[in-house]
Amino acid sequence: MKRIVPKEEVCIGCRLCEIYCLVEHSKSRDIIKAFLKEIPRSLPMVTVEEKEATSFALQCRHCEDAPCVAACITGAMYKATNGTIQNDKERCIGCWTCILVCPYGAIERDEREKKIASKCDFCPNLETPACVANCPNEALTLIKVK
Amino acid sequence: MKMPEYVIIGNSAAAIGAIEAIRKKDKEAGITLISDEPYHTYSRPLITYFLANKVTWQQMLYRPKGFYRQNKIETKLGQKVTKIEAKKKEVVLENGEKISFNKLLIATGGKPFIPPIKGLDKKGVFTFTTFDDAKKTQKFLPEVKKAVVLGGGLIGLKLAEALAQKWIEVTVVELADRVLSLILDEAASQLVELVFIENKVKFITGQSVKEIIGNEKVKGVILDNGDKISCELVIIAIGVIPRTKLAQEAGIRVDRGIIVDEFQKTNVKDIYAAGDVTEAYDLILKTHRPIPILPNAYLQGQVAGLNMAGKSATYPGSLSMNSVTFFGYPVISVGLTSLTAESSDNGFQVLTKKKFAQRIYRKLVLKDDCVQGFISAGNVDRSGIITNLIKEKVKVSKFKKKLIEEPLGLIVLPKNLREKFLKLGS
Repeated sequence: MKRIVPKEEVCIGCRLCEIYCLVEHSKSRDIIKAFLKEIPRSLPMVTVEEKEATSFALQCRHCEDAPCVAACITGAMYKATNGTIQNDKERCIGCWTCILVCPYGAIERDEREKKIASKCDFCPNLETPACVANCPNEALTLIKVK
Repeated sequence: MKMPEYVIIGNSAAAIGAIEAIRKKDKEAGITLISDEPYHTYSRPLITYFLANKVTWQQMLYRPKGFYRQNKIETKLGQKVTKIEAKKKEVVLENGEKISFNKLLIATGGKPFIPPIKGLDKKGVFTFTTFDDAKKTQKFLPEVKKAVVLGGGLIGLKLAEALAQKWIEVTVVELADRVLSLILDEAASQLVELVFIENKVKFITGQSVKEIIGNEKVKGVILDNGDKISCELVIIAIGVIPRTKLAQEAGIRVDRGIIVDEFQKTNVKDIYAAGDVTEAYDLILKTHRPIPILPNAYLQGQVAGLNMAGKSATYPGSLSMNSVTFFGYPVISVGLTSLTAESSDNGFQVLTKKKFAQRIYRKLVLKDDCVQGFISAGNVDRSGIITNLIKEKVKVSKFKKKLIEEPLGLIVLPKNLREKFLKLGS
């Protein structure tokens, strides 16, 4: 099992992680098309938090005992067999109970067409998640746990 | 039949939490699950969404279809337990069948509280806690133009929303002087009421229904003050109370709910209880009381399951916490929330941030520099950060003012705290 760890000492707040995340989760996976032609535009599942000189990128921690999975009232939030936490959009109703319990604030409201929770899916189609692979300053790193 | 190691009565969040916990430790031993409802485990809060045609039955399943098979659960659905023989360690079903157990979990949930009102037997009076209730009500809706919902709590308001979305004229009758009085303060209640009024739902507060009138069918209700409201449908949604009858008759200690210790054990050996049927320790009020909230039920079930499977685990206690949306307007409430700034003596401090024009409101209640409760209305983003500060009893004196500012984020926490939390997660 791998985890993404942010390093705020070297994060320059460029938000490229957000952009590459959005592109990876767009239909075309093409940066120009994703930004100009895809409506509704997909949302980044990683967020850069910034205040004065400090910044860091934050996405779902894929907790071992995930509070969002225990709290989800519909069963939409679940732990996949690979250990990542995933959200079944078909079953999510946007009650935001996951937001109520996530200690990291890592779940976003996707308010576009359907009100559903949006969170890091660990890029199931990639060896290395897009945010980590494209961080120019290695402020997002992939570590192995357990 | 071989005797199952574990027997679980109930099929909702606490029962599923227990199953998933048992199967982490014990992949093989027999588990028998008994429920008087004839359905696959479903999400109870979704019954109002079903009524409003926003979800199908398939979308209501709390766990995927193959759940029982994958977890090797023997199910007895649509079968009622009539007796628990604590000494013989067996449960008796309605059809006379007896099932022995080594460990038993009682997760029978809650049942609707029904006040003594005249005319409850008329056609068009419903309660609303089960999928059957939702189906019966839905079938009745074509006859309904006007409805009265008795109770302005969470179930009552979600029902009022669903009925309004079906173009029914809804009046909510609430005994307190405002809606959601148990979980919100006045300002937040007002914001919620506003959303409902814009969606044509009416409220009558400070009143209760004295009588339901009509011949065979409901024609209206009479309030305490004598006022009459005409309607074809009355739904009683005042609240739920623990379904303790089975436990009580088996000699298990019951007060308002089943009394359990931090291992979710009852006073009878090898019998556990979890979820809405129990009293939970309230982390903020520091007393035991029924706190019927799904996330807590699941976690209690999980703790019960682990202990039943021989791994010691403790339940730290419950936070009263709710996240809900009404017509898309989101509200979150955790812990102690109804203190006003004026009553902020006794060592309590209240911080609020109001932007009523944008309908955004946040309130923080603190004592001894620890957050005791909060409300987020209009913008609930990242509220879990504050929930966690309550659970972890973090002293927030240095950054408490930032907690009511927007946007909220981990970045408002001091660096050492942030790093500690992030390390825990990764």
